[in-house]
Amino acid sequence: MTSSRFSNFAFGVLAWGVALLIFFPILWLLLTAFKTEQQAFSVDPTFWFTPTLESFRTALAQGNGYWHYAWNSALTAVASTLVGLALAVPAAYAMAFYPNKRTDFLLVWMVSTKFIPAVGVLIPMFLVYKTVGLLDHPLGLTLLFTAMNLPIIIWMVYSYFRDIPKDIVEAADIDGASILQTLFKVVLPLALPGLASTGLLALILAWNESFWSITMSDHRAATLAVYIASFKSAEGLFWAKMSAASVLAIAPIIVLGWFTQRQMVRGLTFGAVK
Amino acid sequence: MKATTATASATTAAEAPGARSFARTTRLLMAPAVIFLLIWMLIPLLMTIYYSFQQYNLMMPMYDGFAGFGNYAILLSDPVFWDSLGNTLIIVVASLAITVSLGMLLALLFNRTFMGRGIARTLAVAPFFVMPVVTGLIWKNMLLHPVFGLFAWIARQFGLEPIVWLDQYPMVSVIITITWEWTPFALLVLLTGLQSLPEDQLEAARLDGASALQEFRHIVIPHLGQVLYVVVMLESIFFLTSFAEIYTTTSGGPGTATTNLPYYIFQTVFQQSDIGIASAAAIGAVILANIFAIMLIRFIAGNLNAGAAR
Repeated sequence: MTSSRFSNFAFGVLAWGVALLIFFPILWLLLTAFKTEQQAFSVDPTFWFTPTLESFRTALAQGNGYWHYAWNSALTAVASTLVGLALAVPAAYAMAFYPNKRTDFLLVWMVSTKFIPAVGVLIPMFLVYKTVGLLDHPLGLTLLFTAMNLPIIIWMVYSYFRDIPKDIVEAADIDGASILQTLFKVVLPLALPGLASTGLLALILAWNESFWSITMSDHRAATLAVYIASFKSAEGLFWAKMSAASVLAIAPIIVLGWFTQRQMVRGLTFGAVK
Repeated sequence: MKATTATASATTAAEAPGARSFARTTRLLMAPAVIFLLIWMLIPLLMTIYYSFQQYNLMMPMYDGFAGFGNYAILLSDPVFWDSLGNTLIIVVASLAITVSLGMLLALLFNRTFMGRGIARTLAVAPFFVMPVVTGLIWKNMLLHPVFGLFAWIARQFGLEPIVWLDQYPMVSVIITITWEWTPFALLVLLTGLQSLPEDQLEAARLDGASALQEFRHIVIPHLGQVLYVVVMLESIFFLTSFAEIYTTTSGGPGTATTNLPYYIFQTVFQQSDIGIASAAAIGAVILANIFAIMLIRFIAGNLNAGAAR
């Protein structure tokens, strides 16, 4: 008994140690964000210091562009999520409640588009976008994020719809409700929590996206990912500012992420792990 | 073929009145998503195939036309392409080995009960939610930097010469960055799998006097087999397409030491403007991803039918 209690304690200490070690780089980024540039850029790292908001003030100052990038990130993430849900809900609804012989094939086909590597479609996307003026345009990025997340959104919405008992929908059909009435009056209210967590997951994935934003935007549509990536050649300069900008970019997502861990697993593994 | 579909739809129509109008409505409901995916994924993919057979450089618009397998031939004789292919595979294999084994150990650790488990687990999975661009910069600038990085300071405390990580061990640096980001994903998924372990089976095994190792070998592993399979396949596809971690840290260098396939394509398009060759390389990337994707999709489709049967 005592030995098992001791081993439990030892494993607890070990787990905490590992957790702190894994978390440390984020903590270090957070600490650096509250330093002055001199403290951030020193050969001997400063562990004890008086925290200052100076770097946050510099990062957020007008003319430094933070708000421009943050606005683009928010706009493209929210818009792509909404467009994604608007496309996914009707499709998932049809597949979940009115399946036919082709449903399984279509669903699997939609999911499989997630596994086309982005570089596989990069070149035509770039050329077409350039021709039609969507290059470096928020709408262009929005639609790319939608395409990137749509398979996951469809899958998740479909799986939440499947959790709704079919009898309820059949009852509504028999009562003479049209397919769309059934969707809006019966199915959507029941699936609202599921839709919310699907939306949250899509939002996180779009916000963190970097490949499309780096390749398809320059300044006008550039997101926070592009802005922060521009610090990659800053040799020691502006590290505190970079840290402050990074903290502002990742903090909301980490907090949202903690709340959506389970949905994340469910969505990213396409229901193989629940 | 046409006849069978006709009879089939006739029987469904006979069975359920109004099925035909249902079919039309459901087709309308499906159409927007299907058309969107066709335009944004499938048609571009076909265009990439088309471009891969064209001589097409944005800088040299006068030399265009059908190239046959010319682009593929140039690609296969380009040592940088082979380097990038090798680097891609090294990144996939090394990152998989590390994230899956570490993730498994951590999942077993975090599956035990201890004080503050929820908070500790939450801290441990946090890196997965960090923007990959930020991940790259944290490691490049603040930890691995040979002068101002924390690792250099630690080395100096022990009187050692700081390692110039990105120059001396560029591939190791990239793999460290990727594994820090993705071990939490493996942990998260495997832990979710562990928590759905059949408790009664474990109980029975313990009553039968099974050792912890036997329990792990005969109950945990078979149950987790599926979960492991999914983690391995998904991570393979994500690792094949790693980009931000390389873009922000080594930029593919020094030389071609960390240029993977996506980065090679990125450079061929945006620095050499060679659409034809970049497209041929992109088709290579798609084929590589498909090897894993086909297995994964089969698994997902299998699960789908199992779900339908239930």
